[in-house]
Amino acid sequence: MYIFDIKRFAINDGPGIRVTLFMKGCPLRCVWCHNPEGLESRQQRMYVKKKCIGCQTCVETCPQHGLVLTPDGIKQTAECTHCGKCVEECPTLAMEMAGKAYSMEELMKLVEKDRLVMETSGGGVTLCGGEPLMHPDYLVEILEELGRRNLHRTVDTTLYASEATVEKVLPHTDLFMVDMKHMNSELHQKYTGVPNEPILRNIRMIAEKGARYWIRIPLIEGVNADEENIRQCIAFLKELPTSPEMVNILPYHDIGIGKHKRLGTDYNPDELVMSTPSQEWQDHCVELFQSNGFDCKIGG
Amino acid sequence: MKTAHRAANSKMNFALKYPENEGGMNDRIKRLRQQSVETPTTLTIERALIETAFYKENYGKYPNAVLRAMNFLEICKKKTIYIGDDELIVAERGPKPKAVPTFPELTCHTVEDLHTLNTRELQPYFISQEDIDTYEREVIPYWEGRTQRERIFNHVSEEWREAYHAGVFTEFMEQRAAGHTTMDGKLYVRGLLDVKKLIQEQLDKLDFINDPEATDKQEELRAMDISCDAAIVFAERHAELAEKMAAEETNPQRKAELEKIADVCRWVPAHAPRDLHEAIQMYWFVHLGTVTELNGWDSMNPGHIDQHLWPFYQKGIADGTLTREKAKELLSCLWIKFNNQPAPPKVGITALESGTYNDFTNINIGGVTRDGKDGSNELSFIILEIQEELHELQPGLSIHVAEVTPDEFVKAGCRVIRQGHGYPSVFNPDCYVQELVNQGKSLEDAREGGCSGCIEVGAFGKEAYVLTGYLNTPKILEITLNNGWDPNSGKKLGLETGDPRTFTSYEQLYEAYHKQMLHFVNLKLSVNNYIERMFALYAPATFLSLFIDDCITKGKDYYNGGARYNTTYIQCTGLGTTTDCFATIKKHVFEDKRYTMDELLTAVAANFEGHEKMRQYIMNRTPFFGNDDEYADTIAVKVYEDLVKAIKGHPNTRGGETQLNMLSTTCHNYFGSVCHATPNGRLAHFAISDGTSPAHGADTNGPTSVIKSLGKLDQTQSGGTLLNMRFIPALLKREEDLDKLVSLIRAYFKMGGHHVQFNIVDTQTLLDAQKKPEDYKDLLVRVAGYSDYFNDMTEQLQNEIIARTENEEF
Repeated sequence: MYIFDIKRFAINDGPGIRVTLFMKGCPLRCVWCHNPEGLESRQQRMYVKKKCIGCQTCVETCPQHGLVLTPDGIKQTAECTHCGKCVEECPTLAMEMAGKAYSMEELMKLVEKDRLVMETSGGGVTLCGGEPLMHPDYLVEILEELGRRNLHRTVDTTLYASEATVEKVLPHTDLFMVDMKHMNSELHQKYTGVPNEPILRNIRMIAEKGARYWIRIPLIEGVNADEENIRQCIAFLKELPTSPEMVNILPYHDIGIGKHKRLGTDYNPDELVMSTPSQEWQDHCVELFQSNGFDCKIGG
Repeated sequence: MKTAHRAANSKMNFALKYPENEGGMNDRIKRLRQQSVETPTTLTIERALIETAFYKENYGKYPNAVLRAMNFLEICKKKTIYIGDDELIVAERGPKPKAVPTFPELTCHTVEDLHTLNTRELQPYFISQEDIDTYEREVIPYWEGRTQRERIFNHVSEEWREAYHAGVFTEFMEQRAAGHTTMDGKLYVRGLLDVKKLIQEQLDKLDFINDPEATDKQEELRAMDISCDAAIVFAERHAELAEKMAAEETNPQRKAELEKIADVCRWVPAHAPRDLHEAIQMYWFVHLGTVTELNGWDSMNPGHIDQHLWPFYQKGIADGTLTREKAKELLSCLWIKFNNQPAPPKVGITALESGTYNDFTNINIGGVTRDGKDGSNELSFIILEIQEELHELQPGLSIHVAEVTPDEFVKAGCRVIRQGHGYPSVFNPDCYVQELVNQGKSLEDAREGGCSGCIEVGAFGKEAYVLTGYLNTPKILEITLNNGWDPNSGKKLGLETGDPRTFTSYEQLYEAYHKQMLHFVNLKLSVNNYIERMFALYAPATFLSLFIDDCITKGKDYYNGGARYNTTYIQCTGLGTTTDCFATIKKHVFEDKRYTMDELLTAVAANFEGHEKMRQYIMNRTPFFGNDDEYADTIAVKVYEDLVKAIKGHPNTRGGETQLNMLSTTCHNYFGSVCHATPNGRLAHFAISDGTSPAHGADTNGPTSVIKSLGKLDQTQSGGTLLNMRFIPALLKREEDLDKLVSLIRAYFKMGGHHVQFNIVDTQTLLDAQKKPEDYKDLLVRVAGYSDYFNDMTEQLQNEIIARTENEEF
């Protein structure tokens, strides 16, 4: 199990100031994904050409002769075994490994560094990804340990998982933050690679069980920002036995492009049309939620 | 009567772009502000002419204290009096707003200096050819060989002079008098006629038979008495002018205002003020008095003005003679007065040592009262509104956030921070009260204290705390790495502590640095007491001494041990850079043995040319200060504590002791410019780290790591630390973001932080501002301890602001 980032002073990942742990691996393939290094469960090397000074330390370091310097920067050859030796030696951090294994002790030591800040701000730790429910045993292990340390826990998830998995995690978190990407399952499948039925079923389940949860909607013009979809979301949420404490509208941005480049993967390869909705439309969506009794705002 | 606080989230209160906020200013204040901002700065030779004529006639006839007081009286009698349209609070240091006097008794500008000031692009001080000619004829010849600056430079050793010129340290008092004169509440409860009675009582008590100092005390007390008369005369001349203007005024409203001004100036400063208007005018006369008799660093500061003025506000509201709007208007008039007084310019005009000059008035609001309770009140909120609406260069503002300070006030302060004008800065009374108590102050006097200027703290109204100059710690390490030689000047400046290539352990290197550091600290200390005596002897501040306990009861001057507390500071800069250099050498040379000392020093000497790979490796793979990393932070603590030990506790000439603080203002740029490349990968002549902030680009783990690293220093051992943090506006857009900023401040202060200030700007804005300065005329940014206009800064300073790590967050 790998964690690909630990972000301190996370101020958009739940209540207060938080430490966010990003877990590797995700069953979804959202076209707009801004954390593409979180998709695969395995470690992946990332390369930032802008940082590279062409010193060829990596080329010289590689025991397999798996790297070459080209006019386009460093490229890997078929010999590369992903051993990571190059990453350890790169002077500029142009080569970095997405995904690191941590012992529970190491992880807690890092998290505890910000205890005073978390306590002062009413914050805590957020488990995010990727999709943290991809590795439920590891997730629960971390959550239990955080619980023993009396730290507030938030799981930021798509809830695309089996009911059993969600039930397993549920008692160990203080808050869920659940993404809702589209109410139409076919379109959900088109843009994320999976249908939405398990997600909606699980949202209903955690609501029935009285879990505290927030809903987060990435608002994307061309995908899900239309009034019909928003109204369907509202209708779905209104029927639930307990309401989300908060609805966050997260306007689309394309900062994922840079990360795809580093990974050597393509952003939005099918060139689907996506854009940021206008400020007026964002405000309109917020008003729709608010007029239906939801605490809703832009941003997380 | 309008009620207390505006709703926290009221749109009118804090709109994001300031033009909309100007709705908060009434037309009078808009006009006065516009005049203050648009009036070009000029030099006035009036003070110098009056003073020079007076000295020519009288020098040698009177004891120096009396001479100085008589000189002050002469200026108050003769200087041009100004009352402008719309003004409610009156009086200027020069003959008109933004006309800056010179102080030839401290340092005398040459004709060349005056020409440079008149024509330089950044912050010119305009002066006519006629005035330059008069200055050359009347002023310059008299002062040759008689200035404080010459007294100092004629005294110092060659060794001191070379270290000074090489930029190992600076000297504050070579061009200005000691400053850091911050007021407590006493000037609001006693007039100068009451003070004259106190002086007479002391004179009556003098025992010329048994007290060998009685004669000196008599001279000082007589001088103080004359100083009272001077300020009263100055005020009465304003009353006369206001009466004359009122008689000629046809607009009945303005006529009534002028009559009120005349009444106020007839009453204060002779008597204790009776209402808010008189209280503000009282302060302003005292302020101008202190900055007219001498030119002190951080010239003058009202201190906890919200607490001092609170009784007048309450009384006025209660008896119906005052409204919230009226109070705000009067305070706004005072704010504009501060902005009307740019600091007298330096001679030689290096402009590098400190980019631009203002008088660093830093208003303290919030904080604690003398009995430890919450000091914030409605006036604190009004002052935040004024600061935001006027957003001038001066005065600066700081909010003081103790545990007892309510969140509502801190958040209101953060709303102003969010505007990006560079203030208020944020201080922690729970920390600095302890600092002051550690220095020997009573708890009550410490609580009445606060910060003046940038981050340095003192017991307001009771302390003479003198800053003597900055110490360049990375430079000391550089000299150590060159076995006592300075690669920049090519001179041997320090001790021969050994060729570091022969060192076999990190400890050996540190020991060599430590010896070198002690050497330079002692060199600096060896001259400080001499300078203090020169001020006590030649430039006593007999007017200022009226307001600092216990000058009158001791019969001693502010510069001569009259104050209850007497501190001498050395300000150490570059903790981050020095720490990072040590971490680099410790890790890569002595532990990992990746590079030999010779390889590293060869690369450093070559400014890393041909060694970019090494430089990158060092910058990216060394544990640097500011990342909550024990490896670097342990080194920082050691460097800091050794500086404390070296500097703290030496006796000064005033009965007090030396202390350190960790201030840099903009001196880290000058200090960087005299340093070659450093082992941490910093290239030659780039800025060193400011205050106690991490070196530029060294902190890569966000603000909570930065405050954790800083929290490891025992800041109560200093007289102040400085932390700059830069935030892009996107981080503080929403209401809850402000709550998070409040939490971050609170968390840092729980860790024992002394001070933090925030730059809320985005890189694009700054890059754009560099290209199109005309479009960003009132863009304010924060530079290490004080606010400045972005346009007025050197390109080097601008680039530094842009380079500072952004705490960007998605």
